[in-house]
Amino acid sequence: MESSSAPASVPGIPPALRGVLPALVAIPILVLLEWGLAGAPFATYLLSIMGVNVILAVSLNIVNGMTGQFSIGHAGFMAVGAYIAGVVSLSLKEIAISGLPVVVSDQVFLLLCLLVGGLAAAVCGFLVGLPSLRLRGDYLAIVTLGFGEIIRVVVQNTDAFGRALGLSGIPQTAGLGMVGFWVFVVVLVARRLAGSSHGRSLWAIREDEVAAEAMGVDTTGYKVRAFVISSFFAGVAGGLFAHFVPIINPGSFTFVKSMEVVVMVVMGGLGSTTGAIVAAMFLTLLPEALRSGFTAMGAEGSLAQKVDQIRMPVYGLMLVALMLLRPQGLFGTKELWEVLPRWLPRRRKGLA
Amino acid sequence: MSQLLQHLINGLASGTIYALVALGYTMVYGVLKLINFAHGDVMMVGVYMGYATAFALGKQAQKSLLGVVLIFLVAMGGCALLGFLIERFAYRPLREKPRLTALITAIGISFALSYGFQLDIGFLPGAAPRAFPEIIVPTEWLIIGDRDVVVWNWQVMSLLIAVGLMVGLQYLVFKTRFGRAMRAVSYDHRVAALMGIPTDRVIAVTFMIGSALAAGAGLLYAIKDTSVSPLMGLYVGLKAFVAAVIGGIGHVPGAVVGALLLGLVEEFVVGYAASTWRDAVAFGILIIVLLAKPGGLFGRVAAEKV
Repeated sequence: MESSSAPASVPGIPPALRGVLPALVAIPILVLLEWGLAGAPFATYLLSIMGVNVILAVSLNIVNGMTGQFSIGHAGFMAVGAYIAGVVSLSLKEIAISGLPVVVSDQVFLLLCLLVGGLAAAVCGFLVGLPSLRLRGDYLAIVTLGFGEIIRVVVQNTDAFGRALGLSGIPQTAGLGMVGFWVFVVVLVARRLAGSSHGRSLWAIREDEVAAEAMGVDTTGYKVRAFVISSFFAGVAGGLFAHFVPIINPGSFTFVKSMEVVVMVVMGGLGSTTGAIVAAMFLTLLPEALRSGFTAMGAEGSLAQKVDQIRMPVYGLMLVALMLLRPQGLFGTKELWEVLPRWLPRRRKGLA
Repeated sequence: MSQLLQHLINGLASGTIYALVALGYTMVYGVLKLINFAHGDVMMVGVYMGYATAFALGKQAQKSLLGVVLIFLVAMGGCALLGFLIERFAYRPLREKPRLTALITAIGISFALSYGFQLDIGFLPGAAPRAFPEIIVPTEWLIIGDRDVVVWNWQVMSLLIAVGLMVGLQYLVFKTRFGRAMRAVSYDHRVAALMGIPTDRVIAVTFMIGSALAAGAGLLYAIKDTSVSPLMGLYVGLKAFVAAVIGGIGHVPGAVVGALLLGLVEEFVVGYAASTWRDAVAFGILIIVLLAKPGGLFGRVAAEKV
């Protein structure tokens, strides 16, 4: 779609992300974080929300950024994952695997629930991906929007999902470790996908669908697969969300949530995984920072409370300003290490 | 039987209001190939303008014919100005950019307007829904049997206005000089500019007409629904947009047919099934129609240029 910006840097897999090195770095960090923040519930909550948003943004980036199929119904997949994982988790609540400590067995069950939720969302992603065979651009955006809304209405009218009241009593077992694990997985998948031959096909579809088709790229297959992968992770993010908030209801998964994720992806730069991560972290922290900033400045409590109100109009204006001033987003299709200032050491050019 | 007839009438009446909003979407799309997501929110702003005018006029004056005309004029004029500003400062700079850019901008404006109006800072109205003043006293215009079927005056009014505007738009697009310019710009705005058509002005005027239509439709909706809130634009706009897409966006009679269809189906879902499923059915129809005919019922699918 944006024929001018992209081909300059076809992303490869940076050497740093290959092999076992990422896991060796990530696991100690997560363990340290979870251990260090055990006494700070708010910080833990904030980091978990941040992690969920990162998963959502990175996964949406696979469809919107890499494949160029504009989808604005991501909250729908999140809802599917959250509710399915929640229901499964509620039914497994009383059981524990004998012979394992309770904590470990909880995490095993959580992983299982997340996988089930993710798979359910992936099935929905498959169903949404199918129309993308016939519809392009604007029309596809509308259909994804419609799909997200339909999912919300269905959830709202199903007794098993608690109708408008939502589900409560889901065991709150999702800790930073589990969130971090999935952030790690989604980032790794997105980056390895971007550099693989599979990813090249996605980029080709994004640049020019007709040309890609003419070059022998199986556009339909790749588009549907991108939707499936993306919605799987959105489902997992929803499942994680369900396992650390006390209650989930259809109000958490509206069009507004979808748009929040779209803002993250657009702001980071369509196609840039690190861009999506940075934008997701920034936009999660921004309201909190503003709130505590206003409180610290001694402004009366009302202003600090208004941050939540101001957030949405600001998101809207931010989208407009971004499109006018920097339509490619913060990083464009580049990754963080490609836009670092000159004086920092860089990895050598060329495809890894 | 009488119940069916009543549902039919109610469905047609709400369909005509969707139709009026859908006409604006369709016009803008026809000329610019831009889905103006902010259209519904322009409508909402128009309703609030009408609300403010009605308050300024006071209880007595707002019900007089002059008062009603004044309310409509202020709202439609104000929205035309708003539409002009949005086009000038948000869409015009992006005209040569990929269409996705403009779509994202439109979503941004929609959010800024609908959530901006929910703030309760300064003159902004706040999030709570308000009762729209009774500028037209609802009266039963036609009663069949023992109140089996009731037709209200506002239903007849909005039907007449919608049909009138549709005919007027068809005339404007196909019989006037300006309409010819619109069609030329729609076909290819660069070539149209080479032929001496003031492209920017044509697009701006199209936007202003569309926005004024939205304000008028919004007022009719507010008269029917009597409750106005900053989020009404998001929902009514979405429905009208669905109607425009069902009919084939860019096609004026298609938008009206799509809107009437949507109004009828929604009314039947509410009447015979459950009201909570209304939105899902609307979007379900949209998806089915698009899958069967990717350009909408009356739309043509443009051949892909290589």
